[in-house]
Amino acid sequence: MSEITSKGVGWSRREIARNIALDIPDGSIVNLGIGMPELVASFIPSDREVLFHTENGLLGMGPPPAAGAEDPELINAGKQPVTAIPGASYFHHADSFAMVRGGHIDICVLGAMQVSQRGDLANWSMGDGDAAPAVGGAMDLVSGVKTIFIAMTHCASNGAPKIVEKCTYPLTGAGVVRRIYTDLAILEVRDGALDVVAMAPGVDFETLQRHTQASLVKPRVARTA
Amino acid sequence: MIDKRFELAAAVADVQDGATVLVGGFGAAGGPIELLHALIDQGARNLTVVSNNTGSGNVGLAALIKHGRVAKAICSFPRTANSTVFQDKYRAGEIELELVPQGTLAERLRAGGAGIAAFYTATAAGTQLAVGKETRRFGDREYVLEYGLRADFALIKCKRADRLGNLVYNKTARNFAPIMAMAAKTTIVQAESYVEAGEIDPEVVVTPGVFVDRIVAIPNPSQESVLVASGASYP
Repeated sequence: MSEITSKGVGWSRREIARNIALDIPDGSIVNLGIGMPELVASFIPSDREVLFHTENGLLGMGPPPAAGAEDPELINAGKQPVTAIPGASYFHHADSFAMVRGGHIDICVLGAMQVSQRGDLANWSMGDGDAAPAVGGAMDLVSGVKTIFIAMTHCASNGAPKIVEKCTYPLTGAGVVRRIYTDLAILEVRDGALDVVAMAPGVDFETLQRHTQASLVKPRVARTA
Repeated sequence: MIDKRFELAAAVADVQDGATVLVGGFGAAGGPIELLHALIDQGARNLTVVSNNTGSGNVGLAALIKHGRVAKAICSFPRTANSTVFQDKYRAGEIELELVPQGTLAERLRAGGAGIAAFYTATAAGTQLAVGKETRRFGDREYVLEYGLRADFALIKCKRADRLGNLVYNKTARNFAPIMAMAAKTTIVQAESYVEAGEIDPEVVVTPGVFVDRIVAIPNPSQESVLVASGASYP
């Protein structure tokens, strides 16, 4: 654990998901990646209608079913049982990825291993040759969805910075990330630099910079989230 | 009279060694388990399999790979929490992998099925998966040339088929099946129910019968997830 997260400072995974949910406008079509991004769905404010797309062929994905009501032929991209809301639609993979690659999805929330200050994303491979690589739909999503949000811990579990000047892992896409939501801050990629949009309670700019291997632009007005 | 019904074993009898076979399914949804098991029984070897994943547990596609029938996999995500079959073969150097982004895989099948030789996509531009591929700029973006994909056979599963081969599917078990049906010379379908022509409303047909060659009625198909949970292995 990094020094700061081990002290219990910073946002929890649920709070990161909530921060993202609050930035998703009413009426958005949203694709959520596997892991922490999946938590975002439950924090969408009740006065907003957001439709969730899962790339294995469902628009209008609902929450997980009650125990015992799972349908093995109704799953999400993470292969977990889900439900379909009233008004949902099913479609085949080429149509699903026409939605993704054709720019019909508004926001995609993904996890990351590294993000660079110019918005390069690495989240599919550690670059080691032993295990068979797997990419899934990540490269399609980052190339086609209008806005890419990243949900992740600010540092790796060994404390290594994940927000870097230049990614060392193989890229998923170059210059594709708009915003990064971590336990310590919300950062926005702007003109090849990282603006600090908000910092978690108890985190100051110097501490944040120390945990980031890229130059941060100090906020003029710190947002409280 | 057109009648595409086949018995299970006869439906896969002519899959030759070295054939390219498209296999429907995403995770444990939509895998044509009975057709895959019939293919294992049939014995064809040195196959190239195109599928999003590489199977679950020790059944279906994972069993086909485990029994050494697959020389090459073209897929987007050859990993699952419940199967090490593909990874073991890969580490041992016993299977070749062509890794393709999921949307590119889908589009390659659609293109192949529609007679389109190749297309440009922004997916994977500037990444390792574009290395060695032709690229071209359109406007201010770089695009990668990808080739349409055709195959000898497709093995898919559907909910309902009529005598002419019109198909409807069930929920997210549809996934790759409709585009695989288009991209294969011979498309073999296992259908949960088989009905007379006219019993499927033309407005709800998902795969028109022209893309389907053989229909095998499998009234109570195995669910891959249930087989895996029970620890089953085939044969």
